[in-house]
Amino acid sequence: MSTPFQKWSCIAFAAAALLGGAPRARAGEARVIDIAAKRFEFSPRELVLKRGEKVTLRLRSGDVTHGFYQKALGIDTTIEPGKTTEVTLTPEKAGRYLTICDHFCGSGHGGMSMTILVEEPGAKEASR
Amino acid sequence: MSKHIDRRQFLRIAGTSLGVGALYSVMPGCATTGEAGETARRLALGNGERVTPFSFVQLSDTHVGFKGPPNPTGTAAFERAVEVVNRLPETPDLVLFTGDLSHDSEDPAEHAARMRRFKEIAGRLKVPVVKTIPGEHDAGLDGGVLYREAFGETSYSFDHRGVHFVALDNVSRAKPEVGPERIAWLKRDLARFPATAPVVVFTHRPLFDLKPEWEWFTRDGDEVMNVLAPFENVTVLYGHIHREDAHVEPHVRHYAARSLVFAFPDPDKVADKKPLPFDKDHPFKNLGLRVVHGGPGVAPAPLALGIDEVELALQERSGTEGFQQILRPSSL
Repeated sequence: MSTPFQKWSCIAFAAAALLGGAPRARAGEARVIDIAAKRFEFSPRELVLKRGEKVTLRLRSGDVTHGFYQKALGIDTTIEPGKTTEVTLTPEKAGRYLTICDHFCGSGHGGMSMTILVEEPGAKEASR
Repeated sequence: MSKHIDRRQFLRIAGTSLGVGALYSVMPGCATTGEAGETARRLALGNGERVTPFSFVQLSDTHVGFKGPPNPTGTAAFERAVEVVNRLPETPDLVLFTGDLSHDSEDPAEHAARMRRFKEIAGRLKVPVVKTIPGEHDAGLDGGVLYREAFGETSYSFDHRGVHFVALDNVSRAKPEVGPERIAWLKRDLARFPATAPVVVFTHRPLFDLKPEWEWFTRDGDEVMNVLAPFENVTVLYGHIHREDAHVEPHVRHYAARSLVFAFPDPDKVADKKPLPFDKDHPFKNLGLRVVHGGPGVAPAPLALGIDEVELALQERSGTEGFQQILRPSSL
């Protein structure tokens, strides 16, 4: 960093990257969150959303077909390898939602899940 | 239109908290009066069998080929269960296996070998009839191709001593569902019977929303139950959840059998779906055998049931490890 401006710009960008997994959406646009699926886990394993916030989950499989299911959040889709699947939702109720793979994918299928934590607006923001 | 009888008691199958499996005694023919008795007699005469009491056993989730910390003993519990069934004082007419006979493998040759091993152990059962359905570990990866080669059709039905048994596949479609074709088949199959016919459905996954977050449900389970709704005496036997459960509705009872490999905890008490740990001092903990004895009841109930639980346990005998069957009263 040859100038203080460049130095502080880099620090600011790094801070933004640490605070959010994706760029903040403009008003009316859904925040996009990437989720990777592979035998037998989702990545990230936990996601924090805000009640009332519109988000788009962009799902990709690294190996075989997986399911992505959470009835209360209205999530019910299939993630095929080689394709990008998008699910857009606006959580209406705070809570902890276990989201599972419901397309049998092998011996570890039964434990393949991720947690979506929906918080009230104003709670601490973080994607883990 | 017909005489009033308590048709819910026409076929009563009660389960208890058990282990290895469940033994049921059925007394359909003892409903000697009323439409229910007539139905049983017509069904039994239709398949050449006379209406008499009988007992049967449900075993589930043997997962032959599974190796892991929750159960380092492999097929020991399954083999023990076969010995216990063979030593029952009343030989059951029938043994039903409700799925996950084998543990899946990505190598088809290995998976086929596991299915052969299952058949070798199950072949030691000294009972007249053994019926199976697949679990997702048997049929979820290949849509049931290997299972059909080894065992036959994944959905079918048969009649036995006045009871209509239906094997219903809710695993071959990879997703937890029966599917429209099989539901249509079920409708056609049941259309032959009056509403009073006792029906036993054996399947793998629960047909109701027991715990969807643990995939303990069937997506089109409501549609299946709608097809069964006109029938007044329905019992659903299933596995998959590796623990006992009883869910009773007005005309339908759902009973889950424990597995023969490892147990899952109570989902109302823990957040994570993780197998209960293996206890080397009690290697068959949470595994056992359910015995139900049926007999004539006091009018108007045509059927009375007594239930024993047989729990497998490890016991030291003269310095040699052995197993003891412990009889204790039912807790359900």
